Amino acid sequence: MDRTIAIDVSHLSKIYDSYRAVDDLSFQVYAGEIFGLLGPNGAGKSTTLRTLITLLHPTSGTATVMGYDTVRDADKVRTLIGYVPQERAIDRFLTGREHLQLLGALYHLTKEEAAKRIAELLKLVELEAHADRPAKTYSGGMKRKLDIACGLLPDPKILFLDEPTLGLDVQSRLRIWDYVRMLKARGMTVVMTTNYLDEADQLCDRLAIIDGGKIKTLGSPVELKIALGGDIVSLTLKETDRIHSLESELKSRPAIKAVRATTKGLDIRVESPEKALPTILESANRLGCDIDFIQYNRPRLDDVFIAHTGRAITESIPESETA
Amino acid sequence: MAHYWQEISALTMRWVRRLSREKFSMLFTLVQPMLFWLIFFGNLFQRAADTQVMQAPNYISFLAAGVVVMTVLNNGLAGGVDLLFDKENGFLERLMSTPIHRSSVILSRFIFVMAITSMQVLVILGVAYLFGVQPATGLLGVATILLIGMMFGVGLTAISMAMAFSVKSHGDFFSVLGFLSLPMIFLSSALVPLTAMPGWMSFLAQFNPMTWAIDAVRPLILSGWTEALPHVGMVVLVMVVFDALCLYGGAKAFRRAMG
Repeated sequence: MDRTIAIDVSHLSKIYDSYRAVDDLSFQVYAGEIFGLLGPNGAGKSTTLRTLITLLHPTSGTATVMGYDTVRDADKVRTLIGYVPQERAIDRFLTGREHLQLLGALYHLTKEEAAKRIAELLKLVELEAHADRPAKTYSGGMKRKLDIACGLLPDPKILFLDEPTLGLDVQSRLRIWDYVRMLKARGMTVVMTTNYLDEADQLCDRLAIIDGGKIKTLGSPVELKIALGGDIVSLTLKETDRIHSLESELKSRPAIKAVRATTKGLDIRVESPEKALPTILESANRLGCDIDFIQYNRPRLDDVFIAHTGRAITESIPESETA
Repeated sequence: MAHYWQEISALTMRWVRRLSREKFSMLFTLVQPMLFWLIFFGNLFQRAADTQVMQAPNYISFLAAGVVVMTVLNNGLAGGVDLLFDKENGFLERLMSTPIHRSSVILSRFIFVMAITSMQVLVILGVAYLFGVQPATGLLGVATILLIGMMFGVGLTAISMAMAFSVKSHGDFFSVLGFLSLPMIFLSSALVPLTAMPGWMSFLAQFNPMTWAIDAVRPLILSGWTEALPHVGMVVLVMVVFDALCLYGGAKAFRRAMG
């Protein structure tokens, strides 16, 4: 597949004192996709993002945005990107409109250009009615919407979102997802960090799982799940003494990737359940195994995460790795 | 250049807007606690203070110069606070991810702090006037006082910003601030002339740039140009060195914080 590269990160490292926050990272983001950096807190995803938006200088390695180096051509990069920070970077005394006006001046828009764009954005994020109230009266969701409007003000080629739905209620969260999908539909490239697996799964075209400053795996959510070795069919048998004969029977079949005996039955890893299920049922039938219960699981992104990092995303990082 | 100006004026307007939104804060900023020093402390010590020692007609006219420079001190040292909050809530990152000159944010803060400080100094001189303190050097003298205030204020604001960019938490910032401000005042000629201080205190006070500023402002208020000019010349020199050091430190801290 020949696609335009929007961001090219090559052997990027960032070392604080002796701590490697980001360790020899290389990846590419294609134009027009939603790219996710998924990982637990402290994994290095924010450091990576801050490097891309020119706020951090890499210790070694390079990153380019639309072909411009984030250190050498920082000013050029800044004109091409929009940034939505992780914290509610809101001045509580300014109104929503004043936030956007301030940024308009910082992106060197004329008053007329700015006024036009601000009106469009306020409409887009549904803040028109609240535009002239100080931001301290806004709810969390409204602040987030204003954050996003601020990120979109420069009409960026690439929008960077740092934990876009952290701490939001479910409705605001779904609303933000809608915006992100809409931006993609308009042709914008979106790079986001998240530590929510469902968010990465729902939203990202491709994602990199980052842990301990390194990329553990990279691909589309579907690819990552498939790479895990397919779906899992779990059988519970009525007579447990037949388990082993069925196991050896199934192992030789091409549609089956792996078989593992459990206490009550078998866990069968399959390429595609559509092909494998008839085989399984037929074999069981032929050997006279009565099946009590059959369950079929698609691997979730959780399984991918655990397989690549050795722990669930909610588990904290062991002491030895953070030190 | 037009871009630069657009950035700086928009950022300065933000500081003005913030202040105007906090009506109470604005009131208390302008009618500063410093004014109480002048009104209460000045009048309280009117009879307790020895005019021979002060070399002034009364204590309040002696104190006026001290209060002017104390105002500059407090405003300057607090000048970085807003940037500290911007750093903590991510607003600064948002500003820095835009294609602005890196110095715009800082310059806007200098402009704002200097403007507010000048207004306060004028209020203080106005109140002093009501208590019968007439600047001996007239309006040109007042302008000179403002200039000295600016020169001192720039260095102090730079220190404050350097601290804002370096500290880990705002608790640290305010501890250091509280720790710095009072000794700076007591170890200066703000409240009593150096000649009336215990030897060790007057010795230390000589190294306080604040003393130099006060010793230049005071004759501008009390005596007249002939006595003031050598002091003014001296303070300009001292402040050039002071500002250079502070700005160098501030720029270093800023660059470190901004990667």
